[in-house]
Amino acid sequence: MTPPPNAAAAAPADERLAHVGFLARIFKRPDMGALIGALAVFLLFAWTARQVNWAGDAGVWASWLNTAAYDGIVAVPVALLMIGGEFDLSAGVMIGSSGLLLGILTTKAHWNMWPAVAVVMLFGLGIGLLNGVTVVKTKLPSFIVTLGTFFMLRGLNAGGTIKITGGVSINDIDQAPGFNLAHKLFASLVWPAKGLSVSVVWWLGLTAVGAWLLSRTRFGNWIFGAGGDPTAARNVGVPVARTKVALFVMTSMVAAAWGIMTATNLRGMQSNEGVGREFEFIIAAVVGGCLLTGGYGSVIGTAFGAAIIGMAQIGIISSGWDSNWVYFFEGVVLLAAVMLNTAIKRRAERAR
Amino acid sequence: MSAPATAPHLLELAHVSKYFGNVVALRDVSLHVDASQVTCILGDNGAGKSTLIKILSGVHKHDGGSLRVEGKDVEFVSPRDARAYGIATVYQDLAMVPLMSIWRNFFLGEEPTRGRRPFRRFDIAKAKRISREQIGEMGVDVRDPDQPVGTLSGGERQAVAIARAVHFGARVLILDEPTSALGVKQAGVVLRYIVRAAERGVGVIFITHNPHHAFPVGDHFVLLNRGKVIGDHAKGEVTREQLVQEMAGGAELEVLTHELEDVVES
Repeated sequence: MTPPPNAAAAAPADERLAHVGFLARIFKRPDMGALIGALAVFLLFAWTARQVNWAGDAGVWASWLNTAAYDGIVAVPVALLMIGGEFDLSAGVMIGSSGLLLGILTTKAHWNMWPAVAVVMLFGLGIGLLNGVTVVKTKLPSFIVTLGTFFMLRGLNAGGTIKITGGVSINDIDQAPGFNLAHKLFASLVWPAKGLSVSVVWWLGLTAVGAWLLSRTRFGNWIFGAGGDPTAARNVGVPVARTKVALFVMTSMVAAAWGIMTATNLRGMQSNEGVGREFEFIIAAVVGGCLLTGGYGSVIGTAFGAAIIGMAQIGIISSGWDSNWVYFFEGVVLLAAVMLNTAIKRRAERAR
Repeated sequence: MSAPATAPHLLELAHVSKYFGNVVALRDVSLHVDASQVTCILGDNGAGKSTLIKILSGVHKHDGGSLRVEGKDVEFVSPRDARAYGIATVYQDLAMVPLMSIWRNFFLGEEPTRGRRPFRRFDIAKAKRISREQIGEMGVDVRDPDQPVGTLSGGERQAVAIARAVHFGARVLILDEPTSALGVKQAGVVLRYIVRAAERGVGVIFITHNPHHAFPVGDHFVLLNRGKVIGDHAKGEVTREQLVQEMAGGAELEVLTHELEDVVES
């Protein structure tokens, strides 16, 4: 927002924007709220977890950054999808499905790691297409469609694992040829002394790519348009359906990639892996300034949102509190963020 | 009306009819639009204005008569066809996304790019500069192209929509009730944009139910009632009172008189 007009406006009698204060101008950016929130959470734990030297110990930083990367990587496409006006509740369970598929291909079919990785990514593509095309063709809310996919995959993960292994997990993925290179790329430590995982690098890299895609490309403009007002966007020639399908595919494929990385890291996969994570991705995106109704949001803000979740999960334990309080904390952060976002949206849509 | 034998009009409808089942929406409607002229189509609710717009913009196909662009018979199967002939429609909802900034809206679906794949990107500096210039041509000073369209006044949003249509090569601009949702002052501002678009060489079709808005800007007035043309006047052949009279016809005159008083008062 700008200060009141000082130049002579050529159109007389048009109402111009009123003066807005410093705070209001700061909050105009969708990611500022998340940045301030992240700083506040950091300072909170710097006090409550001072006995572990929360603020000063690089090892503590590494542990919450690793945790943040877990949610942050998949939260990038989830945020883009939300800005595009849709949800994907199957993004969490996809992590489990992909890891299990990788495990079956490498340990039961004895494939080399890399063809297995390629097939798992294709599987992600397929599920993304299924979600996206179903939503676009049926015009049903994506919340319902992907809830269906979520439960189908959840059942498939558990049932399939029992049928194939007789248990609830697939192990010994590290026996597969090609595993060592995969482990180096996906699950090694970039700073072994402090325990900083390579996944943090992937997270920050993906965030940069996502932010660039959203704010600097045609596709990014279409995402805003498709989420903000699909009818208007279609009227001016935006391929709204294709944009949405592409976002669903990106979400499922990133979830599949994260499934591969998790399976590589753990050298195995539990059949319930990823279930419940879909909400954390959504929390990260909403805390990051993405509107649930679409059309507005930020990938960088989403990274701050993921950082808040990472800090909460580590900080609550580091403060000596019971880990169940993490959920409570995340709930409070989510509610606060939604209220802030709604206020921002009202501001943006004011004076119609 | 005018014979097509003389200099061809930019856009012309000759004896066009449209039926929806047994309902006659338009019957034997003839009108024409020329470059740099404002053709006002006046009619009350149900007069057939919306059907007419939809035929001109390619949403509906006409059932009888012919549609000509520069004297050539054409047939629009989709809005895309109409747009290919340079016929742009600015709807009441304006086809703009309120949460998006002015420059993002201006180029939505037509984004200029720079660089090569895979690093091809939205040329944001160009988008900001052109949108500012083009909206400036309409007489609106955009101080901050980053401002969300939702924060603009109704009149300013019309200016953005019109400027966008003109920038993307509209030769005929169809404005569907651009003043109906606006206050008196804002409506005056939009009327100025209409004149300005015509000055830039565009043939404007201004659809309205308000003769007071049409009279000062129109070069040509076509009155529709119950799907038929009940009057066709060039500027100077008709007074404001005659337009009001012709449009209202008795019972509704009193309501319109009140509306007239409102306009005069402010």
